[in-house]
Amino acid sequence: MRPARLALPAMLPLPPRLRLLLREGLPPLPQAPPSPPASLPTPPFTFTPRRLQLGPQHPLLEDGDVHRHLYLQGVLTSLEEVAERPKVSEFSCHISGCSQVFDTLEGYEHHYNTLHRNVCSFCKRSFPSGNLLDIHILEWHDSLFQIMAEKQNMYQCLVEGCTEKFRSSKDRKDHLVTVHLYPADFRFDRPKKVKSGSKHTNSPVEQGSSVPMDVSVEMAEQSQGNAMETGPEESMEISQPAASPGPSLPEKRLYKSRSVLWPQGKRGWDHSSFSALCSMAWAALC
Amino acid sequence: MWARRRARRGGHSAEELRVRRREREAALRRARRQQQLVSKRLLREDSAAQEGTQDGGDVVPDPLSEDEVLELLRGVQRGSEDRRRWLGRLRWALQNEDTQQKFVRLDGSIRTLTGLFTSSLAELQLEAARCLHELSHSSVPAVAEACLPVTSYLLTYLSGHSLELTELCLYTLGNLVVESEAVRKQLLPQGIIPVLASCIQSPHEAVLEGVGYVLSQLLQAKEAPTEIIPLVLDSALPQHMLQLVCSGLKAAMGAAVEFAWCLHYIICRHKDNELLLALGAVPALTSLLLDLAAQIPPEAPEGLELLVCPVLRCLSNLLAQTDCHGPDRRLLIALFLILQCFLQQHPFLIHECLWLLNNLTADDPSCCSALLSLDLLPALLQLLTCSQMGTVLVLTVLCNVAEKGQFQCQQLLQQPLLAQLLPLLTLPDPEAVGQCLELLHLLFLHCPEAAAEFTRQGGHQALEQHQGTPELQERAQALLDMVRQPPGAPSACQATLAASS
Repeated sequence: MRPARLALPAMLPLPPRLRLLLREGLPPLPQAPPSPPASLPTPPFTFTPRRLQLGPQHPLLEDGDVHRHLYLQGVLTSLEEVAERPKVSEFSCHISGCSQVFDTLEGYEHHYNTLHRNVCSFCKRSFPSGNLLDIHILEWHDSLFQIMAEKQNMYQCLVEGCTEKFRSSKDRKDHLVTVHLYPADFRFDRPKKVKSGSKHTNSPVEQGSSVPMDVSVEMAEQSQGNAMETGPEESMEISQPAASPGPSLPEKRLYKSRSVLWPQGKRGWDHSSFSALCSMAWAALC
Repeated sequence: MWARRRARRGGHSAEELRVRRREREAALRRARRQQQLVSKRLLREDSAAQEGTQDGGDVVPDPLSEDEVLELLRGVQRGSEDRRRWLGRLRWALQNEDTQQKFVRLDGSIRTLTGLFTSSLAELQLEAARCLHELSHSSVPAVAEACLPVTSYLLTYLSGHSLELTELCLYTLGNLVVESEAVRKQLLPQGIIPVLASCIQSPHEAVLEGVGYVLSQLLQAKEAPTEIIPLVLDSALPQHMLQLVCSGLKAAMGAAVEFAWCLHYIICRHKDNELLLALGAVPALTSLLLDLAAQIPPEAPEGLELLVCPVLRCLSNLLAQTDCHGPDRRLLIALFLILQCFLQQHPFLIHECLWLLNNLTADDPSCCSALLSLDLLPALLQLLTCSQMGTVLVLTVLCNVAEKGQFQCQQLLQQPLLAQLLPLLTLPDPEAVGQCLELLHLLFLHCPEAAAEFTRQGGHQALEQHQGTPELQERAQALLDMVRQPPGAPSACQATLAASS
């Protein structure tokens, strides 16, 4: 008797036409005598057929799990081939007022999606998502909103999937910080400001309006002498124009871009550098 | 181009790569046994990887001194013209774990990155996102936790429209969630599940794959069964996941792979999968396997095993959790075609296939009959010695068939089964030998002539050697009593048969 050795067959002796059977369906089963009712095993034998349910740590799953993680860690070779990003001849953004230049379509796409995709048509602000743009339009440019807000909770939570509404933007902020664990320095709200920079094409609605909040926070805002927030905790507005050594903005800028979710900085942080950065970038953009 | 980092051949011999893979594999096995199996994915720009290295992306930059890291941070904070270059240098330096730790300890470092990341300056934003992504790859929990302030922004940009940024955010989140429970505890109330539930409807394959990656990472967390899985099941995710897995052969294979693993993590850890059963998971996954087996070329395309493996697992566990009667017998054919295809390249799949085969044949006589009538037994017997666990599984499937009665046993014995079982009795693994004894018992019980044949082949000697093995001796002795019955005399097994009927 040869001792058994573990070995892997090169091929399985499968009958032909299996694939055909898969497509065309199985032949009827041959008539087998009815199986006797299942009986309990006679000791000392213990076998009873059962479907196995395996938990995540079962040894049977080890090899497959390891393979999965080799894949995640990029150790498996020849997985996907990297597609070359096609270079195109330089072109510039077609949005009027924007002359950013690109040499890849991806670069342009990212630029467009960041700056031009979710843009408020009233005040030209840009938002990271359609949802935030919708909230902005509702709260800033819908004349019914203020009237309604006096009667019922109208400020909806910014977190997708949360249906809570609040009486004021401050209540909403408290909710975001306490319930959704948003950073406490998260700047959701800003007093609606009067743009002193007449160079901006602010919508009339926005001008002089006292709508108290804005779900957006400016990032690259370069407005000259902009009041911005005045509270001490807001002093880190990166776009504080006073600190900006950058060139004044060209007249032709047609939109402003801001990020909704700009974290508020600490005191003493070098914000002039940011302003300079912004100026620089704006010079490139405009 | 952004791409998942792949092993590169440049500069390494095949042997070196094999050695490295073996080492990595051993480390993964160790980690799994300690229940610390964690992996992260890295998106890295090829050109960036090549910048400092001649031989591809495996070379990590040297650690920087505290002062050098500070200089980089200052450079990034300073509003000079070459800020983008500073940021690029920072990103490159952050590939080093030591540098990552020094960076996050610097006052204002994460704040600076967060600021740039949330800016509208498209190029800087992307570059900052890449820096955060490098940080997320750290295996030091403190680095992941330093990124806590940025998670809400990462979530916000998932709803954006920039494909590249969304992808970066997804993989950064997916990396962070496995490193730190604190990150997970924060992301859940921040609404990661609803955000993913809306991202899963994206038309972009890359986004879908990223969503699957984040989910699969979340679902592996130790608190997943109580904290995460119920939320996922309560969302719109399951139906989309199932749908994406099942369309994996037609499109978005990468996403299908991720979601198949997600389903596996849910199903194997969740006691009650009624929701998935109600969504038709069993017929859907069955038909995926049937399609796959019908189309599979002799050489399976690379990566297909990553989809097949979790799908087999899901089906097996779901069949074990339900009273689903009459599973599709065509699955048997599909299983053997899949086995044939992956046998050489990915033998680990044999275990999953045999597990499913067991669950199909355990209490379904029609599947047992189909296995026999489709002439699949010779192929099954080839797997008797494929691996230690494989041996036990094949024997278990054979027991399932033999247990169904005399007719099935006779059909089994038409194969040279006894001759193949004999050498198995010499295996050092008591579980395999024990299962072999169980099978012999069933065969002798239903077909006494098999006992005589077994004796002729010298079987009693093989049994005798187990009389001293504690967990085997009783069964070995019982079988010896059965085979020692003189031919023609009423055998012990007939007596037990009479007693049991």
